[in-house]
Amino acid sequence: MQVRVQADPFDAGAELNAFTASVDGAGAVVSFSGIVRDVSGGLAHMEIEHYPGMTERAIRDMVGDAMTRFSLVDALVIHRYGRLGPNELIMMVCTAAPHRGDAFLSAEFLMDFLKSRAPFWKKEVTADGEDWVASKSADEDALSRW
Amino acid sequence: MIDVLYFAWVRERIGLPKEQVETDAATVADLVAELRAREDRYDLAFSDTAALRVALDQELSEFDASLSGVREVAFFPPMTGG
Repeated sequence: MQVRVQADPFDAGAELNAFTASVDGAGAVVSFSGIVRDVSGGLAHMEIEHYPGMTERAIRDMVGDAMTRFSLVDALVIHRYGRLGPNELIMMVCTAAPHRGDAFLSAEFLMDFLKSRAPFWKKEVTADGEDWVASKSADEDALSRW
Repeated sequence: MIDVLYFAWVRERIGLPKEQVETDAATVADLVAELRAREDRYDLAFSDTAALRVALDQELSEFDASLSGVREVAFFPPMTGG
């Protein structure tokens, strides 16, 4: 299990290649990248706040849960905090499993939990001001399928 | 003495990221009631606890949970990661 919470940018391609090279016995690797999107137009940047201490522990618990629910060889989660511009990578999840079904499902499982159970908060900063991104009930509903 | 942490708009409304609170509150809800009675900024931040989440010693918890043995309480809005 690899969990990193960091301010620095990362190279998703290099991370995926290194992860793929490190997993032994995997027949499938799935990767997901989250990108800062200018939803309403005029986004200057996004501020990502987190809860140091709790964040890594919460994500490790989620990955541990994923490892027991699915047949996984390994998983990688990287999540950034701080100031991020439009189109920057905010996070990445990679899962490796003997078969693709578990790799796809566990990546979705991890994303659903990261969205509303990992202690991150996003603030959108535009020329008009700044606003905290509200949580979506759809994200909460997504947890019920697991 | 208990460490109380605030994140995102809760931190902004209260104007502090962290403080130490001397309290005999038995539950999170009791602590919230004590804080609300202090000043308007706390009252405003905690006006709708349905819009808030709480973590006790860095584990998500509930507002009716006991504070017995707890060293760190954190209040924040629903998370929006990913």
